[in-house]
Amino acid sequence: MLDIKNLQVKVEGKQILKGIDLHVNTGEVHAIMGPNGSGKSTLARALSGHPEYEVTGGTVLFQGKDLLDLDPDERAREGVFMAFQYPVEIAGVNNAYFLKAALNAKRKHHGEPELDAMEFMQLIKAKSALLEIDQSMLSRAVNEGFSGGEKKRNEIFQMALLEPTLAILDETDSGLDIDALKLVATGVNAMRGPDRSIIVVTHYQRLLDYIVPDYVHVLSAGRIVKSGGKELALELEKKGYGWIEAGAQPVGAVKA
Amino acid sequence: MTAMTQVAERLQPWLAAIEQRPQGGPRWLQDLRDRAASRFAALGFPTVRDEEWRFTNIAPIAVAEFRPAAADASRATELDLAGYLYTDAAHRVVVVNGRFVPELSRASGLPSGVRVGSLATAVTEQADVVQRYLGQLADFGTKAFTALNTALTADGAYVYIPDGVVLEQPIHVLFVTTPSASSGPVMTNARALIVAGERSQSRIVETYAGARGSVYFTNAVTEVFAGENAVVDHYKVQQESTDAFHIASMHVNAARSSNFSSHSFSLGGRLVRNDASALLDGEGAECTLNGLYLADGERLVDNHTTIDHAKAHCPSHEIYKGIIGGKARAVFNGKIIVRQDAQKTDAKQTNRALLLSDNASINTKPQLEIFADDVKCTHGAAIGQLDEDAIFYLRARGLTYFEARDMLIHAFAGDILDRVKIEPLRVALEGELYAQLAKDLAEIDAV
Repeated sequence: MLDIKNLQVKVEGKQILKGIDLHVNTGEVHAIMGPNGSGKSTLARALSGHPEYEVTGGTVLFQGKDLLDLDPDERAREGVFMAFQYPVEIAGVNNAYFLKAALNAKRKHHGEPELDAMEFMQLIKAKSALLEIDQSMLSRAVNEGFSGGEKKRNEIFQMALLEPTLAILDETDSGLDIDALKLVATGVNAMRGPDRSIIVVTHYQRLLDYIVPDYVHVLSAGRIVKSGGKELALELEKKGYGWIEAGAQPVGAVKA
Repeated sequence: MTAMTQVAERLQPWLAAIEQRPQGGPRWLQDLRDRAASRFAALGFPTVRDEEWRFTNIAPIAVAEFRPAAADASRATELDLAGYLYTDAAHRVVVVNGRFVPELSRASGLPSGVRVGSLATAVTEQADVVQRYLGQLADFGTKAFTALNTALTADGAYVYIPDGVVLEQPIHVLFVTTPSASSGPVMTNARALIVAGERSQSRIVETYAGARGSVYFTNAVTEVFAGENAVVDHYKVQQESTDAFHIASMHVNAARSSNFSSHSFSLGGRLVRNDASALLDGEGAECTLNGLYLADGERLVDNHTTIDHAKAHCPSHEIYKGIIGGKARAVFNGKIIVRQDAQKTDAKQTNRALLLSDNASINTKPQLEIFADDVKCTHGAAIGQLDEDAIFYLRARGLTYFEARDMLIHAFAGDILDRVKIEPLRVALEGELYAQLAKDLAEIDAV
């Protein structure tokens, strides 16, 4: 599904990722953890094609295709979805209108017929209950005036509609209270399946109580320094990141 | 030679034109023209030293020697109007080169007492009303273009709605200029007088247009009187040729508890100046002045607004938005006056501009003059290019860069377009604006 080799990324001239190796198989859920500034979000944003994240080395294959060669919108239509840490407010663009445009862009790309207003509303109805998306969230401008929790629910709702092959959640838990967190986790868990891979980027172990990962990777100073099963997250919770940073050897090394 | 001395020297042909001003009609009208003529001669054209015209140099108009369009030049046909009729409006006043054209106008099915037609006819048939209102709001004492228009007033559009009349259908007032090949560039003197009686309710669309690619000068003055409790929903659509000059002022008097709302759409013109002034002259009068303009190429669009809160408890709302591309320039000056007696005023002003290119620019200035102490006045201005974060967000959901950009620009303009309450007009404006934008964006992308 996803094969990252020696990925190096610069942001504003500063080298943030210094050689990431990560292999994600279809159907797996991987958690990327790490202290602030370790490069977790940089990894998520570089994979989504954010123009400010400059790839200076390495390769990323997504379903055998060179992901780094694709524009951000091409990646999205190919099935990569990133839930934003800070969803952008877009004044004047109706949320339902935006969702329909996004969904139809993807359907068109895959040679499927575009949904008309009626079919789209039916789909919305079917998908909105789980995330408690109400009519007012659909009729308002995208993310405008949304609470933090509403914004994150709107992200996962988009994920449910767009049905990506690879979903990357960039600190989706940040700023959420426990109820909103559970709601978001329920939405994500409903999306788990043998045809979909999910990368959960998080600073806190708490989210992983609700979205239980198959693998956990710890990022430090731009490298994955430790990988393990879900129990690694619990260990981190107990011992803190200092334990990893002090003793562990990098898993993937930069070939200078 | 500087632009200023040029203007002074070039005033001569204009004064000659004013000497040939229309004659006849009642004594008071002749007197009005005479006074305006002498004021224009004394004022001359404004220059960039004039605070009100700091960013808009009208020298290209002054030096061009536009000649007042001859009355017999009114040879327009239905075909000339085709692009500007948003719908098959039941009530239509067509004024070509400043002259009312009955063959193209329609006034059937109007409630009794309503007048929709020629200003010249009204001067004789409704002498008392016209004498009472014409020239009362449009200040020709200090404004040169208003003086010029008033001095040359021969005809125009006249709308009179008696007390208590509610009009179901909108009234469409259409000012068209058809330049004649023989006599050089023409000036159209467009004049409109709108009197809305107490408790009346009306929707009025004013359109200004001319043949694409033609050079002419429209000098327009509109006066609107909204009586007590009257509701007037006004739209101005400026669709002049992109080589034309358009200088226009609208003057509104809003009486007690009236509700006046105007939306200005400025799409054409090479040099455009819109002045919109509203005097809230009675308690509880409510006023909305909104605008949307598109400036591209090397065009200049200047909007000056004044909302004068003279009495207490008047709310006013104002949103002006501009889309500026190419090397175009825009000017926005929003003046809000709150007089000493105008307690509990609630005035809101927003000005936003979207710059599509690095060479596009805008000069914007809110101007608040507040003499009362218990008031709410807010203003805000936001100028900028398209939000890169928003573009990326939309792209991350599968929309192409072009789709994302269109969506954001349409959302920006839609905020004003969606406020148009006459559905066919909204659709027509959307079509016109988006077609023009698509052309501008294609040019940007080709670079």
